[in-house]
Amino acid sequence: MSEFLDLFSLPFMQRALIAALFAGLAAPAVGTYLVQRRMALMGDGIGHVAVTGVAIGLLTGLSPTWAAVVVAILGAIAIELIRERGHANGDVALALLFYGGLAGGVLITGIAGQGAATLQSYLFGSILTISVSDVLFTMALAAVVLVVAIGLMPQLFAVAQDQEFAQVAGLRVRTYNLLVAVLAAVTVTVAMRTVGLLLVSALLVVPVATAQQVSRSFRTTLFAAMALGVAASIGGLALAAYLSFDAAVAPGPTIVLLSLAGFVVTLPLGAWLRRRHRLREPFPEVGNGEHLEVPEKHDHVHGSDCGHPAVPHGDHVDYVHDGHRHAAHGSHYDEH
Amino acid sequence: MLDAPVIEVVDGAVAIAGRPILRGIDLSVRRGEFVALMGANGSGKSTLVRAITGLRPLVAGQISLFGTPLSDFRDWHKVGFVPQRAGAGGGVPASVWEVVASGRLTRRRLLRPLGKADRAAIAEALDVVGLADKTSEGVSTLSGGQQQRVLIARALAGEPELFFLDEPTAGVDLPNQQALADALRVLSERGATIVLVAHELGPMAPLIDRAVVMRDGRAVYDGAPLADHEVHDPHFGEAHTHHHPRPAHHDHAPHVAAPLDLRGTEEGDRR
Repeated sequence: MSEFLDLFSLPFMQRALIAALFAGLAAPAVGTYLVQRRMALMGDGIGHVAVTGVAIGLLTGLSPTWAAVVVAILGAIAIELIRERGHANGDVALALLFYGGLAGGVLITGIAGQGAATLQSYLFGSILTISVSDVLFTMALAAVVLVVAIGLMPQLFAVAQDQEFAQVAGLRVRTYNLLVAVLAAVTVTVAMRTVGLLLVSALLVVPVATAQQVSRSFRTTLFAAMALGVAASIGGLALAAYLSFDAAVAPGPTIVLLSLAGFVVTLPLGAWLRRRHRLREPFPEVGNGEHLEVPEKHDHVHGSDCGHPAVPHGDHVDYVHDGHRHAAHGSHYDEH
Repeated sequence: MLDAPVIEVVDGAVAIAGRPILRGIDLSVRRGEFVALMGANGSGKSTLVRAITGLRPLVAGQISLFGTPLSDFRDWHKVGFVPQRAGAGGGVPASVWEVVASGRLTRRRLLRPLGKADRAAIAEALDVVGLADKTSEGVSTLSGGQQQRVLIARALAGEPELFFLDEPTAGVDLPNQQALADALRVLSERGATIVLVAHELGPMAPLIDRAVVMRDGRAVYDGAPLADHEVHDPHFGEAHTHHHPRPAHHDHAPHVAAPLDLRGTEEGDRR
């Protein structure tokens, strides 16, 4: 155990923790907007396009990270423009970018004389080899993403919720849509070092899916997703470090699987909450005053502690059991 | 400019994908009027509202809001738009309060938190549509009629002077239609100008000052309110026309029909 704790005093581990923290905060914040506009796979599309960016960086000798940022932003704008056209079958267009980006990346990496191993550190993450300058880069970009995603929440929410309403309200819908696309692209490159380009979409989407199991508002979903994202990325990194004494456990996949485990755990909780909410929904008042008197004897008096769901119905409460809705009426119960 | 009409459309025409939809529309709405825009499905009534709100470009003619040509119009806080339902739910849960608060954006500046006046307007809007007790509910868990009232509250939150409502009663049960009508009565009494797109008026009928009937992309009637059944009558309810055959209805999209298809002229379609 002390060996495990000693790990956290090593500089490379500390750099990895900082990078994981920022990626875990920024990715779900942007992911919430993507999920809201039902574009959960957009992060994946951008990730694939960014592979070409990394390869161009390797070929030209520029920084692969900066090249990835530029190409990812161009790809995200292309995806957004295709989506905006609407009738041009957005998902097919997305698929074309996916494969074009990945194939281009692998091809150019080969031309650059780099092996699959180099590319793999970008495809699946290499958080433990992250340099100081890369940590600073991650922190700066993540901070920009967070300021925009949270600061412009009212505007971005309105545009994603109902584009036509937002336009009539005088918002520059197109600008905000492109802004979300650029944010997504920047986030993908921020999380590239943590979980890798092929798994980056998981960090954008899975915490949001987990958060909305239990939340009823957008704001709660966004902040809960950010908390879950940090828990998964820090927790996954620590778990991978702990397990790596026995086997080669990569941090990237561990983070993603831990995040997915969180979703699996909350799924039954969300189902139970939704069911409970549905059962307690008040019955509508339909103004006919006639009700059947129930001959059946009850072995207890219905009340707040009898265990039967108590559902508001007009000015009184119906108790639900065995397919009946029973309301107290004098000394007997009526079927409502 | 106080006496300028709130809405002025002069010889407006709209084409979608090259096919003319609206032609020769002239419409002038004065301050405080409650106008019902009626007509069958595909008659162009929603398209007209979308053109007036700037969602559809005109191919000919002119539109002015509050005396300003639409292309120069910037006072969008004066306009409240209630689109046809659908926009109420996204991929992420949103509470009733959040959706209504987004209507306040017309009056908020970037990066400023909600002020006291903003919160009061949002609470007031929820109150008018009778959803003040549902503020923290998820929008998608509400019934269709309640969702429609959320969308109306959202438009109300910006405290506009001019409302556009696109088929707010479609698929809404009668008690909810009544609640909608009550909310609109409050607005109308406060002096708001209201343009209501409707297939059938139902409980809204007593509120209407004026009816405009669209048929096949043209405004064919503009005058005193009509009863629901008169709208679809070719002569708007004049007694002597009742035995004439009704003309065939058609949508704007080309029909894919068999040569022997007698659409709209079968015996069953006559009255």
